[in-house]
Amino acid sequence: MDRDRFIYKKKLNFRWLLLMAWRDSRRNRSRLFLFVSSIILGIAALVATFSLGDNVRKDIDKQAQTLVGADLVVESNKPVNPKMRPMLDSLGDQRSEERTFASMIYFSKSGGTRLVQVRALQGDFPYYGALETTPVAAGKGFRLAQQALVDKTLMLQFNAQVGDSIQIGEVTFAIAGVLNKAPGRTGLSTTVAPPVYIPLKYLDQTGLVQKGSRIGVNFYYKFNESSQVAEVIKDIEPRLEKAGLDFDTVEDRKRNTGRSFEDVNEFLTLISFIALLLGCIGVASAIHIYIREKISSIAILRCLGVNSVQAFLIYLIQIVGIGTIGAIFGAILGTLIQQVLPSVLKDFLPIEITAGISWPSIGKGIALGAIIAALFGLLPLLSVRKVSPLYTLRLSLEPARSFRDPFRWLVYLLILTFVVVFTWWQVHSWIQAIIFTVSILLAFLVLAGIARLLMFLVRRFFPSSWSYLWRQGFANLYRPNNQTLTLITTIGLGALFISTLYFIQTILINRVSLTGSGSQPNMVLFDIQSSQKDSVALLAKNFQLPILQQVPIVTMRIEAINGKTAADVKKDTNSKISERAFEWEFRVTYRDSLTDSEKLTAGKLSPRVKYPGDIVPISMEEQYAQRINVKMGDSILFNVQGALVPTVVGSMRKVDWQRVQTNFRVVFPPGVLEPAPQFHVLITRVPSPEVSARFQQTVVRNYPNISIIDLHLILKVLDDVLSQIGFVIRFMAGFSIITGLIVLIASVLISKYQRMQESVLLRTLGGSRRQILIITALEYFFLGALAAATGILLSLVGSWALARYSFKTSFSPDWWPVAILFIAISLLTILIGIFNSRSVVNRPPLEVLRREV
Amino acid sequence: METILNIRNLSKTYQGGGHTLHVLNDINFSVEAGSTLSIVGPSGSGKTTLLGLCAGLDRASSGAVELNNIRLNELSEDERAQIRNRYVGFIFQNFQLLPTLTALENVMVPLELRGEKNIRPRAMELLDKVGLADRVHHYPMQLSGGEQQRVSLARAFSNAPRILFADEPTGNLDAETSDKVIKLLFDLNQEAGTTLIIVTHNLELAAQTKRIIRIKGGHLVGDERNN
Repeated sequence: MDRDRFIYKKKLNFRWLLLMAWRDSRRNRSRLFLFVSSIILGIAALVATFSLGDNVRKDIDKQAQTLVGADLVVESNKPVNPKMRPMLDSLGDQRSEERTFASMIYFSKSGGTRLVQVRALQGDFPYYGALETTPVAAGKGFRLAQQALVDKTLMLQFNAQVGDSIQIGEVTFAIAGVLNKAPGRTGLSTTVAPPVYIPLKYLDQTGLVQKGSRIGVNFYYKFNESSQVAEVIKDIEPRLEKAGLDFDTVEDRKRNTGRSFEDVNEFLTLISFIALLLGCIGVASAIHIYIREKISSIAILRCLGVNSVQAFLIYLIQIVGIGTIGAIFGAILGTLIQQVLPSVLKDFLPIEITAGISWPSIGKGIALGAIIAALFGLLPLLSVRKVSPLYTLRLSLEPARSFRDPFRWLVYLLILTFVVVFTWWQVHSWIQAIIFTVSILLAFLVLAGIARLLMFLVRRFFPSSWSYLWRQGFANLYRPNNQTLTLITTIGLGALFISTLYFIQTILINRVSLTGSGSQPNMVLFDIQSSQKDSVALLAKNFQLPILQQVPIVTMRIEAINGKTAADVKKDTNSKISERAFEWEFRVTYRDSLTDSEKLTAGKLSPRVKYPGDIVPISMEEQYAQRINVKMGDSILFNVQGALVPTVVGSMRKVDWQRVQTNFRVVFPPGVLEPAPQFHVLITRVPSPEVSARFQQTVVRNYPNISIIDLHLILKVLDDVLSQIGFVIRFMAGFSIITGLIVLIASVLISKYQRMQESVLLRTLGGSRRQILIITALEYFFLGALAAATGILLSLVGSWALARYSFKTSFSPDWWPVAILFIAISLLTILIGIFNSRSVVNRPPLEVLRREV
Repeated sequence: METILNIRNLSKTYQGGGHTLHVLNDINFSVEAGSTLSIVGPSGSGKTTLLGLCAGLDRASSGAVELNNIRLNELSEDERAQIRNRYVGFIFQNFQLLPTLTALENVMVPLELRGEKNIRPRAMELLDKVGLADRVHHYPMQLSGGEQQRVSLARAFSNAPRILFADEPTGNLDAETSDKVIKLLFDLNQEAGTTLIIVTHNLELAAQTKRIIRIKGGHLVGDERNN
């Protein structure tokens, strides 16, 4: 027999395949679209975040100069060495100077007080952008008189008006305008201490600048030729470094702002990607059922001479085609959502975010949709190759399903590779990409494992003695064409996601709230001068407030460690001492006993040093000592505001930094620092916000230099900040939940076709509408409740582990929101299940048979 | 005369539940080109399995099936698909039309698969012959059972097959429609000179073919020629 005479290599006629894919999809297009609807939201979320990223990158480029407000900023967190002044005064073509420090302000009209960031400014800064104020002229005009610009949140909080007066230290300023925005500042960065601008020339009169005060200095420069900046920096960098001065250029700030935003954008992209992956499970499951329904058509085509590759391609074309259409819808939706994102994120970024259409992002989103639909569609599509033409003769023939099919494993590998590569593309770290993929895979596997366990348990311990309706509802969980695996995985993952976000927010809030509860301190007064120490303590007693702590604080820097200065350490490449040790400005106290939050881990705390010239044994916090590589017995030379004090590390302490009290990296023994310029901190507990307000008012009126941190305020600010961050995360996580619901709707609609014949048969045999409704409700209740319970349980375990090992706090979730989430998901599942099955129960069986089957 | 189908020592077994089920045992017969033949037997006797093996829809457990001098057992499923497309036509009890294609498109598919040009007139002509010229753009669900089987007839003859397999072609039709369809089947077959193999319970239908093969319990128990 001449076999080759009959068997010839048949060319793939792609045009015909397209035609057949088009023809075969007739009457199924709306259903196919329903299948891919699960990926629409995922693509929308991704296109929105891609577009946001694209726009912000462009905006940062466009607005780079307004991020700094100048071409160059030289910064210092300590008074500048007078020897540096001539150089600093000679830079740039225009220059401004600013001093910044925390202080209390007093609103004369309302009597309110508040910790603020005072920014005393001289010169025409900002050179790019503006201090945006109401009225507009105030942004420039306030510098000409004894006037201030006050942050808008403060104005609202104290119901202040332009023209009212505020007191800072000993000077009263008229409010020239409301400060709406300053270059480079985000809404969030100013929540704890909102800014108040005053002219620099009035700073000394306030009486707030004293030795030991923590005042930052900024010099802003504008160059007529911006290109000069790099050259100037090159010249002055060594001198700035030696003097402990930092500098910032437009390029630096652009890079830093870009980097911070990329972190946020990566996070949002990964959340969106999870929504997309959830949708993909829905797609794979829906296509699986679609292909089962198509077996008869595939078998006919095989009979007529279509080979396995052609049959496979006909359906792959359909899936990729409909996936692309779904992705286009997703991209349109994403572009619309992107119009909202700038307002959601405006407080997080120091720039004006625009919401232009980003074609590259749309392109990426559509390509991603097509690829992911094809990838996840491949799994069920592989079975098309195995459909036998014999099915045309024997309707009961089961389609071949083989886990030994090497292509199946190849597709799994492709999907995993795709997830890793996509994640790497976002986070640019293979380790993070693999950790993300493995975590997602684990969550999927746990949920899928639970679904399979449920099916096994229901089968194994089937409640045979229960009524028919319950048995039928239970049996639907494991019978052919069940949706148990898909729904438990998708809805469960959505529930896991949302509840984890909620729990983390609760942990963070609880952690701070706990520190302020019971007899724990909740108010810190600092910058108390030595002369004010006793009278402030007396004032607190008059208000019946306990003095929980009152400690002196001296600022100093390290000059040398074991005889090596910063310059020596820099030169010596073998030195293990950290260069950063020399940059840090220490706030040190002196005492001879430990506080509640400290434990000695080595040596012992030194008693009072009796004679000048004696060895000064200091105590170091062990983690910091490790960080700068200092050991017991090492000698450290401190520069205490000009005076050099030699010391030896005599003990190490472990410090619980989470307590609201003063904790120190370095503690001196008494008898050394008493003559040094110093200020004091007083820690107390106020019983109520009313007492707090009255006490703060009295302190500020009598001691304007003293600053107060009120834990109530910090808690409120933290709550606001977390709520804002939480809103952004919930906004993005919402895509996952809605995707889960769409998968649910699609699954229920698809399974409707599977269940139709059975329900119709039940009705034909006399089953009432009520009975079928109960069976449907029970099945979806089991699915919804189990999915929600599993997701919440996993989230509880994860959150507990986070609280215990990462936040090192107890975990006591509020159960009401958890119960509400559980009930909401279960009810939604039942409602969607019943709503989509209504056509079966509301019409006569024959009509349904004719219409749908 | 030329032999179009040659069956030698054909057996088919299935494994299931730890048992081997012998569906066909040592079947031998051959069919001359252009002849008509019926395979009859009770339910479960193995008729449909035999048809499936003869048409290359399945692979034999042992023995040989030679169709148009091509040994089917040596071919892969995709190669057998090519053979079916070139030489075989099918008619099924439940019509097996593609539900998403119109009557005309259903008839055109085998020709399209062969890559032939100008196929529309030929498909239209065939539909006209089966009396469905005015229903060409209807979908299967819009046609009655008899009409669907007539479309199926037109499709079966569209690729000018050398051999036509019909599995209970009137099994789903009423008596009057059955008669019309059978007449049409034999008329078209005579016109095209195709070999026709029918699997049926219907002895009246079987009597219209020139030869009857009887199957019982997987064994060939009779091979008669009609006058």
